[in-house]
Amino acid sequence: MAAISIDGLTKDYQVGFWRKRPYRALDGLSLEVQPGEIFGFLGPNGAGKTTTLKLLMQLIFPTSGRAEILGRPVGDVGARQRIGYLPENPYFYDYLTAEELLQYFANLFGYSRSEARTRAARLLDRVGIGAERRRQQLRKYSKGMIQRVGIAQTLLNDPEVIFLDEPMSGLDPLGRREVRSLILELRDQGRTVFFSSHILSDAEALCSRVAVVAGGRLAATGRLSDMLAFEIRGWELVIADLRPEVLARITGQLQKTTEISPQRYALELPLQVPPERLLADLTATGARLVSLNPIRDTLEDFFVRRVAEFGEGARAPRKGFDAGD
Amino acid sequence: MRAISWIAVNVFKESVRDRVPYNLALFAVLLIAASFLLGQLTAGQDVKIIKDLGLAAIAVFGLFIAIFIGIGLVSKEVERRSIYSLLSKPISRPQFIVGKYAGLVLTLAANVAVMTVALYAVLGYLTYIQTPAARSAWDAPGVDPRLLEAIGLIFVELMIVTAIALFFSTFSTPLLAAALTFGLFIVGHFNTDLKNFDKIVDSLPAVWLARGVYHTVPDFSAFDIKTEVVHGLPVAAGYIGTTVGYGFAYIAALLVVSVLVFARRDFK
Repeated sequence: MAAISIDGLTKDYQVGFWRKRPYRALDGLSLEVQPGEIFGFLGPNGAGKTTTLKLLMQLIFPTSGRAEILGRPVGDVGARQRIGYLPENPYFYDYLTAEELLQYFANLFGYSRSEARTRAARLLDRVGIGAERRRQQLRKYSKGMIQRVGIAQTLLNDPEVIFLDEPMSGLDPLGRREVRSLILELRDQGRTVFFSSHILSDAEALCSRVAVVAGGRLAATGRLSDMLAFEIRGWELVIADLRPEVLARITGQLQKTTEISPQRYALELPLQVPPERLLADLTATGARLVSLNPIRDTLEDFFVRRVAEFGEGARAPRKGFDAGD
Repeated sequence: MRAISWIAVNVFKESVRDRVPYNLALFAVLLIAASFLLGQLTAGQDVKIIKDLGLAAIAVFGLFIAIFIGIGLVSKEVERRSIYSLLSKPISRPQFIVGKYAGLVLTLAANVAVMTVALYAVLGYLTYIQTPAARSAWDAPGVDPRLLEAIGLIFVELMIVTAIALFFSTFSTPLLAAALTFGLFIVGHFNTDLKNFDKIVDSLPAVWLARGVYHTVPDFSAFDIKTEVVHGLPVAAGYIGTTVGYGFAYIAALLVVSVLVFARRDFK
Protein backbone atom coordinates (compact mmCIF):
# COMPACT_ATOMS: atom_id res chain seq x y z
CA MET A 1 0.00 0.00 0.00
CA ALA A 2 1.32 3.43 -0.96
CA ALA A 3 1.79 5.93 1.85
CA ILE A 4 0.34 8.65 -0.34
CA SER A 5 -1.69 8.08 -3.47
CA ILE A 6 -2.89 10.94 -5.66
CA ASP A 7 -5.08 10.30 -8.67
CA GLY A 8 -6.01 13.02 -11.17
CA LEU A 9 -6.21 15.74 -8.55
CA THR A 10 -7.47 18.98 -10.07
CA LYS A 11 -8.28 22.28 -8.42
CA ASP A 12 -10.05 25.19 -10.06
CA TYR A 13 -10.66 28.53 -8.40
CA GLN A 14 -13.06 31.23 -9.45
CA VAL A 15 -11.17 34.47 -9.83
CA GLY A 16 -12.28 38.01 -10.60
CA PHE A 17 -14.64 40.22 -8.65
CA TRP A 18 -17.54 40.90 -11.00
CA ARG A 19 -16.96 38.50 -13.87
CA LYS A 20 -15.88 35.27 -12.29
CA ARG A 21 -13.68 33.05 -14.43
CA PRO A 22 -12.14 29.71 -13.59
CA TYR A 23 -8.46 29.45 -12.86
CA ARG A 24 -6.79 26.02 -12.77
CA ALA A 25 -4.24 25.88 -9.94
CA LEU A 26 -3.67 22.14 -10.21
CA ASP A 27 -4.28 20.04 -13.30
CA GLY A 28 -4.76 16.28 -13.05
CA LEU A 29 -1.90 15.51 -10.69
CA SER A 30 -1.25 11.79 -10.19
CA LEU A 31 1.57 10.27 -8.18
CA GLU A 32 2.37 7.73 -5.50
CA VAL A 33 4.76 7.89 -2.59
CA GLN A 34 5.93 4.65 -1.03
CA PRO A 35 6.36 4.10 2.74
CA GLY A 36 9.78 5.09 4.07
CA GLU A 37 10.57 7.44 1.17
CA ILE A 38 11.73 11.00 1.37
CA PHE A 39 9.78 12.44 -1.50
CA GLY A 40 10.59 15.90 -2.81
CA PHE A 41 7.76 17.89 -4.32
CA LEU A 42 9.53 20.51 -6.35
CA GLY A 43 8.57 23.47 -8.41
CA PRO A 44 9.05 27.19 -8.68
CA ASN A 45 6.84 29.58 -6.76
CA GLY A 46 3.25 29.37 -7.94
CA ALA A 47 3.60 25.89 -9.43
CA GLY A 48 0.87 24.27 -7.33
CA LYS A 49 2.89 22.75 -4.48
CA THR A 50 1.01 24.36 -1.62
CA THR A 51 -2.30 23.78 -3.40
CA THR A 52 -1.48 20.06 -3.49
CA LEU A 53 -0.55 19.99 0.18
CA LYS A 54 -3.72 21.86 1.13
CA LEU A 55 -5.74 19.34 -0.87
CA LEU A 56 -4.00 16.50 0.98
CA MET A 57 -4.85 18.17 4.30
CA GLN A 58 -8.39 18.91 3.04
CA LEU A 59 -7.95 22.58 3.74
CA ILE A 60 -9.35 22.97 0.23
CA PHE A 61 -11.53 20.58 -1.75
CA PRO A 62 -10.64 19.19 -5.18
CA THR A 63 -12.61 20.06 -8.28
CA SER A 64 -11.98 16.49 -9.41
CA GLY A 65 -9.70 13.56 -8.63
CA ARG A 66 -8.98 11.87 -5.35
CA ALA A 67 -6.18 11.23 -2.91
CA GLU A 68 -5.47 8.77 -0.13
CA ILE A 69 -3.06 8.83 2.79
CA LEU A 70 -2.18 5.46 4.32
CA GLY A 71 -5.03 3.90 2.35
CA ARG A 72 -7.68 6.25 3.71
CA PRO A 73 -9.29 9.15 1.89
CA VAL A 74 -7.93 12.59 2.73
CA GLY A 75 -10.05 14.31 5.32
CA ASP A 76 -10.50 11.08 7.27
CA VAL A 77 -10.11 12.26 10.87
CA GLY A 78 -8.64 8.88 11.90
CA ALA A 79 -5.91 9.17 9.26
CA ARG A 80 -4.90 12.55 10.69
CA GLN A 81 -3.96 10.74 13.88
CA ARG A 82 -1.09 9.23 11.89
CA ILE A 83 0.18 12.24 9.95
CA GLY A 84 2.05 15.46 10.66
CA TYR A 85 1.84 18.68 8.67
CA LEU A 86 3.96 21.81 8.62
CA PRO A 87 2.31 24.60 6.60
CA GLU A 88 4.33 27.09 4.58
CA ASN A 89 5.29 30.11 6.74
CA PRO A 90 3.31 28.76 9.68
CA TYR A 91 1.47 31.00 12.09
CA PHE A 92 0.49 29.86 15.54
CA TYR A 93 -1.48 31.44 18.37
CA ASP A 94 0.89 34.17 19.46
CA TYR A 95 -0.68 34.52 22.90
CA LEU A 96 0.49 30.99 23.76
CA THR A 97 3.99 29.95 24.72
CA ALA A 98 5.72 27.27 22.64
CA GLU A 99 5.16 24.85 25.50
CA GLU A 100 1.43 25.63 25.70
CA LEU A 101 0.95 25.39 21.94
CA LEU A 102 2.54 21.96 21.74
CA GLN A 103 0.60 20.75 24.77
CA TYR A 104 -2.64 22.05 23.23
CA PHE A 105 -1.98 20.22 19.97
CA ALA A 106 -0.91 17.08 21.85
CA ASN A 107 -4.20 17.21 23.76
CA LEU A 108 -6.04 17.31 20.42
CA PHE A 109 -4.29 14.06 19.55
CA GLY A 110 -5.84 12.61 22.70
CA TYR A 111 -2.75 12.50 24.90
CA SER A 112 -3.17 13.01 28.63
CA ARG A 113 -1.92 16.22 30.23
CA SER A 114 1.26 14.57 31.54
CA GLU A 115 1.97 12.81 28.25
CA ALA A 116 1.35 16.08 26.37
CA ARG A 117 3.84 17.85 28.65
CA THR A 118 6.44 15.13 28.14
CA ARG A 119 6.08 15.14 24.36
CA ALA A 120 6.15 18.94 24.15
CA ALA A 121 9.33 19.13 26.24
CA ARG A 122 11.05 16.37 24.26
CA LEU A 123 10.29 17.95 20.89
CA LEU A 124 11.22 21.46 21.95
CA ASP A 125 14.55 20.03 23.08
CA ARG A 126 14.84 18.30 19.70
CA VAL A 127 14.35 21.51 17.70
CA GLY A 128 16.64 23.53 19.96
CA ILE A 129 14.13 25.76 21.81
CA GLY A 130 15.69 26.17 25.25
CA ALA A 131 13.89 25.93 28.58
CA GLU A 132 13.70 29.70 29.01
CA ARG A 133 12.49 30.52 25.49
CA ARG A 134 9.76 27.91 25.48
CA ARG A 135 7.95 29.79 28.26
CA GLN A 136 7.79 33.00 26.22
CA GLN A 137 4.73 33.88 24.15
CA LEU A 138 5.15 33.09 20.47
CA ARG A 139 4.66 36.77 19.57
CA LYS A 140 8.23 37.26 20.80
CA TYR A 141 9.66 34.60 18.48
CA SER A 142 11.64 35.19 15.30
CA LYS A 143 10.55 33.61 12.01
CA GLY A 144 13.19 30.92 12.36
CA MET A 145 12.07 30.08 15.90
CA ILE A 146 8.45 29.83 14.75
CA GLN A 147 9.58 27.46 12.01
CA ARG A 148 11.29 25.29 14.63
CA VAL A 149 8.11 25.25 16.74
CA GLY A 150 6.23 24.36 13.56
CA ILE A 151 8.50 21.40 12.96
CA ALA A 152 8.10 20.29 16.58
CA GLN A 153 4.27 20.34 16.36
CA THR A 154 4.50 18.25 13.18
CA LEU A 155 6.13 15.42 15.12
CA LEU A 156 3.95 15.43 18.27
CA ASN A 157 2.08 12.24 17.40
CA ASP A 158 5.06 10.25 16.05
CA PRO A 159 3.46 10.47 12.60
CA GLU A 160 3.92 7.77 9.97
CA VAL A 161 3.66 10.29 7.14
CA ILE A 162 5.03 13.82 7.46
CA PHE A 163 4.12 16.67 5.13
CA LEU A 164 6.48 19.63 5.17
CA ASP A 165 5.70 22.70 3.07
CA GLU A 166 8.96 24.58 2.46
CA PRO A 167 10.48 23.39 5.76
CA MET A 168 13.75 25.31 5.29
CA SER A 169 11.97 28.62 4.89
CA GLY A 170 13.09 31.24 7.38
CA LEU A 171 15.91 29.11 8.77
CA ASP A 172 19.55 30.15 9.00
CA PRO A 173 22.25 27.83 7.57
CA LEU A 174 22.61 26.01 10.88
CA GLY A 175 18.85 25.55 11.13
CA ARG A 176 18.71 24.23 7.56
CA ARG A 177 21.38 21.70 8.36
CA GLU A 178 19.52 20.61 11.47
CA VAL A 179 16.28 20.18 9.55
CA ARG A 180 18.07 18.16 6.90
CA SER A 181 19.49 15.85 9.53
CA LEU A 182 16.08 15.61 11.20
CA ILE A 183 14.46 14.57 7.91
CA LEU A 184 17.10 11.90 7.38
CA GLU A 185 16.58 10.72 10.95
CA LEU A 186 12.84 10.42 10.31
CA ARG A 187 13.54 8.33 7.23
CA ASP A 188 15.84 6.08 9.26
CA GLN A 189 12.95 5.55 11.67
CA GLY A 190 10.89 4.27 8.73
CA ARG A 191 8.66 7.32 8.35
CA THR A 192 7.56 8.77 5.03
CA VAL A 193 8.46 12.38 4.39
CA PHE A 194 6.76 14.41 1.67
CA PHE A 195 8.27 17.84 1.43
CA SER A 196 7.83 20.70 -0.96
CA SER A 197 10.62 23.01 -1.93
CA HIS A 198 11.69 25.34 -4.69
CA ILE A 199 15.34 24.79 -3.81
CA LEU A 200 16.95 22.02 -5.83
CA SER A 201 19.88 21.48 -3.48
CA ASP A 202 17.53 20.54 -0.61
CA ALA A 203 16.03 17.82 -2.76
CA GLU A 204 19.42 16.61 -3.92
CA ALA A 205 20.63 16.26 -0.37
CA LEU A 206 17.60 14.38 0.90
CA CYS A 207 15.22 12.85 -1.58
CA SER A 208 14.99 9.31 -2.83
CA ARG A 209 12.49 10.48 -5.47
CA VAL A 210 11.01 13.76 -6.56
CA ALA A 211 8.11 15.12 -8.56
CA VAL A 212 8.48 18.41 -10.37
CA VAL A 213 5.37 20.51 -10.91
CA ALA A 214 5.15 23.43 -13.25
CA GLY A 215 2.07 25.52 -13.88
CA GLY A 216 -0.10 23.12 -11.90
CA ARG A 217 0.96 20.09 -13.93
CA LEU A 218 3.28 17.23 -13.17
CA ALA A 219 6.32 17.93 -15.32
CA ALA A 220 8.55 15.06 -14.25
CA THR A 221 8.84 12.40 -11.60
CA GLY A 222 11.53 9.94 -10.57
CA ARG A 223 15.04 10.08 -9.21
CA LEU A 224 16.52 13.53 -9.48
CA SER A 225 19.80 12.12 -10.77
CA ASP A 226 17.93 10.31 -13.56
CA MET A 227 16.14 13.39 -14.79
CA LEU A 228 17.61 14.66 -18.02
CA ALA A 229 16.52 18.14 -17.14
CA PHE A 230 18.83 18.21 -14.17
CA GLU A 231 21.87 16.53 -15.72
CA ILE A 232 25.14 18.25 -15.13
CA ARG A 233 26.05 20.54 -18.04
CA GLY A 234 29.54 21.42 -16.88
CA TRP A 235 31.61 22.56 -13.90
CA GLU A 236 32.29 25.82 -12.19
CA LEU A 237 35.64 26.24 -10.46
CA VAL A 238 36.46 29.23 -8.33
CA ILE A 239 40.24 29.63 -8.24
CA ALA A 240 42.36 32.06 -6.23
CA ASP A 241 45.97 33.17 -6.84
CA LEU A 242 45.61 32.43 -10.54
CA ARG A 243 48.30 34.27 -12.47
CA PRO A 244 47.24 35.95 -15.76
CA GLU A 245 49.76 34.00 -17.85
CA VAL A 246 48.41 30.70 -16.49
CA LEU A 247 44.86 31.82 -17.22
CA ALA A 248 45.85 32.74 -20.77
CA ARG A 249 47.28 29.23 -21.26
CA ILE A 250 44.06 27.44 -20.25
CA THR A 251 41.51 29.83 -21.78
CA GLY A 252 40.98 27.49 -24.75
CA GLN A 253 39.56 24.78 -22.47
CA LEU A 254 37.05 27.11 -20.80
CA GLN A 255 33.48 28.03 -21.70
CA LYS A 256 33.47 31.22 -19.73
CA THR A 257 35.74 33.17 -17.41
CA THR A 258 34.60 35.72 -14.87
CA GLU A 259 37.03 37.77 -12.81
CA ILE A 260 35.74 38.02 -9.23
CA SER A 261 38.68 40.02 -7.86
CA PRO A 262 42.37 40.30 -8.81
CA GLN A 263 43.77 36.79 -9.40
CA ARG A 264 40.43 35.22 -8.33
CA TYR A 265 38.32 33.78 -11.12
CA ALA A 266 35.17 31.73 -11.73
CA LEU A 267 35.97 29.31 -14.54
CA GLU A 268 33.27 27.39 -16.39
CA LEU A 269 34.33 24.06 -17.90
CA PRO A 270 32.34 22.01 -20.40
CA LEU A 271 31.26 18.58 -19.17
CA GLN A 272 33.76 16.69 -21.35
CA VAL A 273 36.77 18.38 -19.70
CA PRO A 274 37.49 16.56 -16.43
CA PRO A 275 37.91 19.20 -13.70
CA GLU A 276 40.41 17.02 -11.81
CA ARG A 277 43.06 17.32 -14.57
CA LEU A 278 42.73 21.09 -14.92
CA LEU A 279 42.77 21.43 -11.16
CA ALA A 280 45.99 19.45 -10.93
CA ASP A 281 47.60 21.72 -13.57
CA LEU A 282 46.49 24.87 -11.79
CA THR A 283 47.54 23.85 -8.29
CA ALA A 284 50.97 23.01 -9.69
CA THR A 285 51.32 26.72 -10.62
CA GLY A 286 50.46 27.85 -7.08
CA ALA A 287 46.74 28.53 -7.64
CA ARG A 288 44.25 27.50 -4.97
CA LEU A 289 40.83 25.87 -5.34
CA VAL A 290 38.10 27.85 -3.57
CA SER A 291 35.10 25.83 -4.75
CA LEU A 292 34.01 23.30 -7.37
CA ASN A 293 30.35 22.97 -8.30
CA PRO A 294 28.43 21.20 -11.04
CA ILE A 295 26.50 23.46 -13.43
CA ARG A 296 22.93 22.35 -14.03
CA ASP A 297 19.55 23.84 -14.80
CA THR A 298 17.71 25.43 -11.92
CA LEU A 299 14.05 24.66 -11.33
CA GLU A 300 13.30 28.04 -12.84
CA ASP A 301 15.20 27.13 -16.06
CA PHE A 302 13.33 23.86 -16.15
CA PHE A 303 10.03 25.62 -15.60
CA VAL A 304 10.64 28.16 -18.36
CA ARG A 305 11.31 25.27 -20.77
CA ARG A 306 8.11 23.50 -19.69
CA VAL A 307 6.08 26.64 -20.28
CA ALA A 308 7.46 26.69 -23.80
CA GLU A 309 6.58 22.98 -24.23
CA PHE A 310 3.09 23.13 -22.69
CA GLY A 311 2.16 26.51 -24.07
CA GLU A 312 -0.17 28.91 -22.28
CA GLY A 313 -1.74 26.19 -20.14
CA ALA A 314 1.42 25.71 -18.16
CA ARG A 315 1.86 29.34 -17.28
CA ALA A 316 2.39 29.84 -13.59
CA PRO A 317 -0.24 31.63 -11.56
CA ARG A 318 0.36 35.35 -11.33
CA LYS A 319 2.68 36.48 -8.59
CA GLY A 320 0.75 37.47 -5.52
CA PHE A 321 -2.26 35.39 -6.46
CA ASP A 322 -2.93 33.09 -3.54
CA ALA A 323 -4.41 30.23 -5.48
CA GLY A 324 -1.06 28.65 -6.20
CA ASP A 325 1.69 28.74 -3.66
CA MET B 1 -16.01 15.76 22.99
CA ARG B 2 -12.53 16.15 24.47
CA ALA B 3 -11.32 17.93 21.33
CA ILE B 4 -14.23 20.39 21.61
CA SER B 5 -13.38 21.14 25.22
CA TRP B 6 -9.69 21.72 24.39
CA ILE B 7 -10.62 24.12 21.59
CA ALA B 8 -13.04 25.89 23.96
CA VAL B 9 -10.39 26.23 26.65
CA ASN B 10 -8.01 27.71 24.08
CA VAL B 11 -10.61 30.32 23.02
CA PHE B 12 -11.12 31.20 26.68
CA LYS B 13 -7.36 31.48 27.17
CA GLU B 14 -7.08 33.76 24.13
CA SER B 15 -9.78 36.13 25.32
CA VAL B 16 -8.33 36.23 28.82
CA ARG B 17 -4.84 37.01 27.47
CA ASP B 18 -6.21 39.65 25.11
CA ARG B 19 -7.53 41.33 28.27
CA VAL B 20 -10.62 42.62 26.44
CA PRO B 21 -13.15 40.94 28.73
CA TYR B 22 -11.29 42.24 31.77
CA ASN B 23 -11.55 45.79 30.50
CA LEU B 24 -15.21 45.40 29.71
CA ALA B 25 -15.92 43.83 33.08
CA LEU B 26 -14.04 46.67 34.72
CA PHE B 27 -16.16 49.19 32.84
CA ALA B 28 -19.29 47.37 33.92
CA VAL B 29 -18.16 47.42 37.53
CA LEU B 30 -17.43 51.15 37.24
CA LEU B 31 -20.86 51.71 35.73
CA ILE B 32 -22.52 49.85 38.56
CA ALA B 33 -20.55 51.97 41.01
CA ALA B 34 -21.65 55.09 39.16
CA SER B 35 -25.26 53.97 39.33
CA PHE B 36 -24.84 53.63 43.09
CA LEU B 37 -23.70 57.27 43.29
CA LEU B 38 -26.60 58.29 41.06
CA GLY B 39 -28.96 56.41 43.36
CA GLN B 40 -27.83 58.60 46.24
CA LEU B 41 -29.32 61.60 44.45
CA THR B 42 -32.77 60.10 43.84
CA ALA B 43 -34.63 59.52 47.07
CA GLY B 44 -36.43 56.19 47.31
CA GLN B 45 -35.58 55.13 43.74
CA ASP B 46 -31.93 54.26 44.31
CA VAL B 47 -32.34 50.48 44.41
CA LYS B 48 -34.38 50.45 41.18
CA ILE B 49 -31.86 52.64 39.40
CA ILE B 50 -29.01 50.40 40.48
CA LYS B 51 -30.84 47.27 39.35
CA ASP B 52 -31.81 48.89 36.03
CA LEU B 53 -28.38 50.22 35.24
CA GLY B 54 -26.68 47.06 36.51
CA LEU B 55 -28.76 44.76 34.32
CA ALA B 56 -28.38 47.09 31.33
CA ALA B 57 -24.60 47.16 31.86
CA ILE B 58 -24.45 43.37 31.95
CA ALA B 59 -26.45 43.21 28.70
CA VAL B 60 -24.46 45.91 26.88
CA PHE B 61 -20.97 44.81 27.92
CA GLY B 62 -21.92 41.20 27.30
CA LEU B 63 -23.09 42.25 23.83
CA PHE B 64 -19.73 43.91 23.11
CA ILE B 65 -17.89 40.76 24.13
CA ALA B 66 -20.21 38.51 22.13
CA ILE B 67 -19.94 40.59 18.97
CA PHE B 68 -16.32 41.70 19.03
CA ILE B 69 -14.85 38.36 19.96
CA GLY B 70 -17.48 36.34 18.11
CA ILE B 71 -16.84 37.96 14.74
CA GLY B 72 -13.16 37.00 14.86
CA LEU B 73 -13.65 33.46 16.14
CA VAL B 74 -13.30 31.81 12.74
CA SER B 75 -12.22 34.61 10.41
CA LYS B 76 -9.13 35.42 12.48
CA GLU B 77 -8.05 31.78 12.35
CA VAL B 78 -8.44 31.80 8.57
CA GLU B 79 -6.80 35.20 8.03
CA ARG B 80 -3.79 34.37 10.17
CA ARG B 81 -3.63 30.81 8.80
CA SER B 82 -3.47 29.24 12.25
CA ILE B 83 -6.34 27.07 11.06
CA TYR B 84 -3.95 25.17 8.74
CA SER B 85 -2.15 23.52 11.62
CA LEU B 86 -5.28 23.08 13.68
CA LEU B 87 -7.38 21.33 11.04
CA SER B 88 -4.54 18.95 10.20
CA LYS B 89 -5.00 17.51 13.68
CA PRO B 90 -7.58 14.77 14.27
CA ILE B 91 -10.53 17.10 14.69
CA SER B 92 -13.48 17.58 12.39
CA ARG B 93 -14.76 20.92 11.16
CA PRO B 94 -18.00 20.61 13.19
CA GLN B 95 -15.88 20.02 16.31
CA PHE B 96 -13.90 23.15 15.48
CA ILE B 97 -17.07 25.26 15.16
CA VAL B 98 -18.71 23.91 18.31
CA GLY B 99 -15.44 24.22 20.27
CA LYS B 100 -15.02 27.84 19.21
CA TYR B 101 -18.60 28.59 20.18
CA ALA B 102 -18.30 26.85 23.54
CA GLY B 103 -15.11 28.79 24.27
CA LEU B 104 -16.76 32.15 23.74
CA VAL B 105 -19.80 31.12 25.77
CA LEU B 106 -17.39 30.16 28.55
CA THR B 107 -15.76 33.61 28.29
CA LEU B 108 -19.18 35.27 28.39
CA ALA B 109 -20.24 33.18 31.36
CA ALA B 110 -17.14 34.22 33.31
CA ASN B 111 -17.73 37.88 32.49
CA VAL B 112 -21.44 37.81 33.25
CA ALA B 113 -20.64 36.05 36.52
CA VAL B 114 -18.14 38.78 37.50
CA MET B 115 -20.65 41.51 36.64
CA THR B 116 -23.43 39.70 38.53
CA VAL B 117 -21.31 39.40 41.65
CA ALA B 118 -20.44 43.11 41.38
CA LEU B 119 -24.13 44.04 41.05
CA TYR B 120 -25.15 41.92 44.03
CA ALA B 121 -22.29 43.39 46.07
CA VAL B 122 -23.54 46.93 45.40
CA LEU B 123 -27.14 45.92 46.17
CA GLY B 124 -26.03 44.11 49.34
CA TYR B 125 -24.21 47.19 50.54
CA LEU B 126 -27.24 49.38 49.78
CA THR B 127 -29.52 47.04 51.69
CA TYR B 128 -27.11 47.03 54.59
CA ILE B 129 -27.00 50.84 54.93
CA GLN B 130 -30.76 51.38 54.56
CA THR B 131 -33.16 51.48 57.49
CA PRO B 132 -35.76 48.69 57.74
CA ALA B 133 -38.47 51.30 57.06
CA ALA B 134 -36.82 52.38 53.80
CA ARG B 135 -36.32 48.74 52.76
CA SER B 136 -39.99 47.95 53.35
CA ALA B 137 -40.95 50.63 50.80
CA TRP B 138 -39.10 48.83 48.01
CA ASP B 139 -41.11 46.88 45.37
CA ALA B 140 -38.69 43.96 45.65
CA PRO B 141 -35.88 43.02 48.04
CA GLY B 142 -32.51 44.69 47.43
CA VAL B 143 -30.58 41.45 47.07
CA ASP B 144 -33.32 39.92 44.96
CA PRO B 145 -32.66 36.34 43.72
CA ARG B 146 -35.10 37.07 40.88
CA LEU B 147 -32.41 39.24 39.31
CA LEU B 148 -30.85 35.94 38.30
CA GLU B 149 -33.92 35.23 36.13
CA ALA B 150 -33.29 38.45 34.19
CA ILE B 151 -29.55 37.80 34.05
CA GLY B 152 -30.19 34.22 32.92
CA LEU B 153 -32.29 35.42 29.99
CA ILE B 154 -29.70 38.10 29.16
CA PHE B 155 -27.11 35.32 29.08
CA VAL B 156 -29.21 33.18 26.70
CA GLU B 157 -29.70 36.27 24.53
CA LEU B 158 -25.92 36.80 24.47
CA MET B 159 -25.47 33.14 23.54
CA ILE B 160 -27.72 33.73 20.51
CA VAL B 161 -25.77 36.87 19.55
CA THR B 162 -22.55 34.82 19.82
CA ALA B 163 -24.01 32.14 17.56
CA ILE B 164 -25.02 34.81 15.03
CA ALA B 165 -21.54 36.39 15.13
CA LEU B 166 -19.96 32.97 14.72
CA PHE B 167 -22.24 32.17 11.79
CA PHE B 168 -21.27 35.36 9.95
CA SER B 169 -17.65 34.76 10.89
CA THR B 170 -17.65 31.47 8.97
CA PHE B 171 -17.93 33.21 5.60
CA SER B 172 -17.40 36.97 5.89
CA THR B 173 -14.87 39.51 7.08
CA PRO B 174 -14.88 40.65 10.73
CA LEU B 175 -16.16 44.13 9.81
CA LEU B 176 -19.06 42.81 7.77
CA ALA B 177 -19.81 40.17 10.38
CA ALA B 178 -19.92 42.88 13.09
CA ALA B 179 -22.27 45.05 11.01
CA LEU B 180 -24.57 42.13 10.17
CA THR B 181 -24.65 40.82 13.75
CA PHE B 182 -25.34 44.23 15.20
CA GLY B 183 -28.00 44.88 12.55
CA LEU B 184 -29.70 41.59 13.34
CA PHE B 185 -29.54 42.39 17.04
CA ILE B 186 -31.32 45.70 16.49
CA VAL B 187 -33.95 44.17 14.18
CA GLY B 188 -34.43 41.37 16.72
CA HIS B 189 -35.35 43.86 19.41
CA PHE B 190 -38.10 45.34 17.23
CA ASN B 191 -39.33 41.97 16.07
CA THR B 192 -42.77 42.30 17.68
CA ASP B 193 -43.46 45.31 15.46
CA LEU B 194 -42.86 43.13 12.40
CA LYS B 195 -45.43 40.65 13.68
CA ASN B 196 -48.10 43.36 13.74
CA PHE B 197 -47.06 44.91 10.43
CA ASP B 198 -50.42 44.05 8.79
CA LYS B 199 -52.16 46.45 11.16
CA ILE B 200 -50.35 49.46 9.73
CA VAL B 201 -49.60 48.45 6.11
CA ASP B 202 -52.03 47.28 3.41
CA SER B 203 -49.50 45.91 0.90
CA LEU B 204 -49.66 42.11 1.04
CA PRO B 205 -46.05 41.51 -0.18
CA ALA B 206 -44.76 43.92 2.46
CA VAL B 207 -46.73 42.09 5.13
CA TRP B 208 -45.42 38.73 3.91
CA LEU B 209 -41.88 40.09 3.92
CA ALA B 210 -42.30 41.40 7.46
CA ARG B 211 -43.74 38.05 8.55
CA GLY B 212 -40.79 36.26 6.93
CA VAL B 213 -38.30 38.46 8.74
CA TYR B 214 -40.27 38.00 11.98
CA HIS B 215 -40.00 34.24 11.74
CA THR B 216 -36.32 34.29 10.68
CA VAL B 217 -34.80 36.89 12.99
CA PRO B 218 -34.65 35.99 16.70
CA ASP B 219 -37.11 37.80 18.91
CA PHE B 220 -34.70 39.41 21.36
CA SER B 221 -37.42 41.42 23.09
CA ALA B 222 -38.69 38.14 24.55
CA PHE B 223 -35.51 37.90 26.62
CA ASP B 224 -35.99 41.28 28.25
CA ILE B 225 -37.71 40.89 31.63
CA LYS B 226 -35.65 43.59 33.33
CA THR B 227 -38.62 45.88 34.00
CA GLU B 228 -40.70 43.09 35.57
CA VAL B 229 -37.86 41.96 37.81
CA VAL B 230 -36.84 45.46 38.90
CA HIS B 231 -40.43 46.40 39.77
CA GLY B 232 -41.17 43.10 41.46
CA LEU B 233 -43.80 42.09 38.88
CA PRO B 234 -44.42 38.37 38.39
CA VAL B 235 -42.92 36.45 35.45
CA ALA B 236 -44.35 32.99 34.88
CA ALA B 237 -41.85 30.13 35.20
CA GLY B 238 -43.34 28.68 32.04
CA TYR B 239 -42.51 31.86 30.13
CA ILE B 240 -38.87 31.71 31.19
CA GLY B 241 -38.67 28.02 30.32
CA THR B 242 -40.23 28.54 26.89
CA THR B 243 -38.00 31.51 26.13
CA VAL B 244 -34.87 29.60 27.13
CA GLY B 245 -36.04 26.65 24.98
CA TYR B 246 -36.65 29.03 22.05
CA GLY B 247 -33.16 30.47 22.54
CA PHE B 248 -31.49 27.06 22.60
CA ALA B 249 -33.42 25.94 19.50
CA TYR B 250 -32.28 29.07 17.69
CA ILE B 251 -28.66 28.53 18.78
CA ALA B 252 -28.78 24.89 17.64
CA ALA B 253 -30.14 25.95 14.24
CA LEU B 254 -27.43 28.62 13.86
CA LEU B 255 -24.68 26.16 14.79
CA VAL B 256 -25.98 23.62 12.28
CA VAL B 257 -26.02 26.23 9.51
CA SER B 258 -22.54 27.46 10.53
CA VAL B 259 -21.22 23.90 10.39
CA LEU B 260 -22.80 23.38 6.95
CA VAL B 261 -21.29 26.60 5.58
CA PHE B 262 -17.90 25.86 7.12
CA ALA B 263 -17.82 22.19 6.13
CA ARG B 264 -17.15 22.89 2.43
CA ARG B 265 -15.16 26.08 2.75
CA ASP B 266 -11.78 26.34 1.00
CA PHE B 267 -8.95 27.99 2.92
CA LYS B 268 -6.96 29.58 0.11
